[in-house]
Amino acid sequence: MADLNTTRNTPRADDVYQMLIDAHEGLSKAQSDAFNARLILTLMNHIGDAEVIAQALAVAKR
Amino acid sequence: MTAALKIFETPLYPYARTADQDAATPARHKVVVIGAGPIGLGIAIDLAQQGVEVLVLDDNDKVSFGSRAVCYAKRPLEILDRLGCAVPMVDKGVEWNLGKVFFDTRQVYEFNLLAEDGHKFPAFINLQQYYFEEYMVARVNELRAAGAPIELRGRNRLTSIDPTADHVTLRVETPEGAYALQADWLIACDGAGSPVRKMLGLDFVGRVFEDNFLIADVIMDAEFPTERWFWFDPPFNRGQSALLHKQPDNVWRIDFQIGWDINRDEELKPENIDKRLRAMLGEDLKYQLEWSSIYTFQCRRMEQFHQGRVIFAGDSAHQVSPFGARGANSGLQDTDNLAWKLKLILDGKAPESLLDSYDVERIHGAAENLLNSTRATDFITPKSETSRIFRDAVLDLAETHDFARPFVNSGRLSVPCTYDGSPLNTPDALPGGPARSRPGSPCADLPVPGGHLLDRLGGRDAPRFQILAIDTPAPASFAAAGLECEVIALSTAEAPLLKDRYLGEAAGAVYLIRPDQHVAGRWQSWDAQALAAALARAIGKEG
Repeated sequence: MADLNTTRNTPRADDVYQMLIDAHEGLSKAQSDAFNARLILTLMNHIGDAEVIAQALAVAKR
Repeated sequence: MTAALKIFETPLYPYARTADQDAATPARHKVVVIGAGPIGLGIAIDLAQQGVEVLVLDDNDKVSFGSRAVCYAKRPLEILDRLGCAVPMVDKGVEWNLGKVFFDTRQVYEFNLLAEDGHKFPAFINLQQYYFEEYMVARVNELRAAGAPIELRGRNRLTSIDPTADHVTLRVETPEGAYALQADWLIACDGAGSPVRKMLGLDFVGRVFEDNFLIADVIMDAEFPTERWFWFDPPFNRGQSALLHKQPDNVWRIDFQIGWDINRDEELKPENIDKRLRAMLGEDLKYQLEWSSIYTFQCRRMEQFHQGRVIFAGDSAHQVSPFGARGANSGLQDTDNLAWKLKLILDGKAPESLLDSYDVERIHGAAENLLNSTRATDFITPKSETSRIFRDAVLDLAETHDFARPFVNSGRLSVPCTYDGSPLNTPDALPGGPARSRPGSPCADLPVPGGHLLDRLGGRDAPRFQILAIDTPAPASFAAAGLECEVIALSTAEAPLLKDRYLGEAAGAVYLIRPDQHVAGRWQSWDAQALAAALARAIGKEG
């Protein structure tokens, strides 16, 4: 069983963060919401492990 | 001009006076079934075939009005074959394998049920419920003509029940007044609104869905293929869903989600249905409306499926949404599970506590169906803005990305229930055996010399336990726990699919099979002691 990586794991943190913000450039609120949903589903499939996803959901819930 | 009467407009079991109505003291019956729908007739036929005296009371005298349930899966067809009803259903029914899902104007996904080779019955057929019930009524009449102890009384409406420890007293209303009856056992197959459940004040707990669906069954010569088409948010029904599915006789099931806040009478007016149909299928559509109805649904079940001598089966015990064809299909798995247990109890061969396993196993089945049905409903009719955003995101991605398609849920179609964790199971003792045939599973069909395996399994005229010996020596018969077991010896040389479906990595196997064709236990080779213990456990005589 894998564990969610909650240590620093993104070497180009500023670049990656900017990619996320840029992707929403020019989108309406509704378009951004739809975009985020597609993004979450895509990443969720990449992870593919229900246990890890459950841990990520717990992190997001705070 | 008068059209010929439809089968559902014809009284098939008209009221007739019986001696019970003139009896000085209430007549006593072995088993009384309330409700002559598919589930009530199913349990009655099953019991009568095994020689149990059974009386069915119905407040009506006709088969169900309109098509209603139209999808029947392989497992219930296998069960119905044991009841002598499946062959006419398959002959008349429409077979289908392909489902397509549309989002707005685009096809985003299709699935193929890909029926596995070697099964006697197809994955799914569509058939109007009235045909199904007509074949079952015909089977009741056939059994009765052959001397089986089965009786069906039309326009006999239950008005009160009084259960005691060893029987139930009933009051029944007829066109010629009321009379009383007694039953050793009462089986309530009286639907989601079950009057019996209400008379006993029993809870029916679960979720209510605030949505209406309009069914229009239309007769038309259409070029559409025999496939299940499901739309999310189509132009002709914005923000809602729709379904198109073929039935025999050029009848098409069309189902529109229409929301919660509606005027039922307005929606059901033929001119308003006509507008919906033309928006969907084109202005020059030629059709005849056979039946229309507005339904709502809930997902809920009883906490226990039997209370002393009163047993619930089908929708009276559990109600699901129609997405996934789990209503009639799971109800027939209830009766399949119940009939042999009740017969063994009536014969004094099993303790009355065996009935507790009916609750355990069928509550397990109902919970599975409720979970699937609730999830499909949440996907089809999202309950929050965020839920809808994710739903639409899944459908958007599914059009071009295969990974998103497993998330698309337009109803997970009914599959047979495996009774994992049942107290009747003996722990798996076949290392390397296929998971699909583990204890608790329904036996998978395959061709054997002279026919199909399932033709030889399960009791038609008696609750028969059987032992399947594959590629391993076995005696000709076996008896333990007061039961005789037939031993069926088969080899992978004569039936090669046995290897994949029953042996897996094992060189040989011995399976103990219940009368409902579920696996009770399995071993590498013949072990009389283990078989005897497993048989005792499977009839509730142990533990």
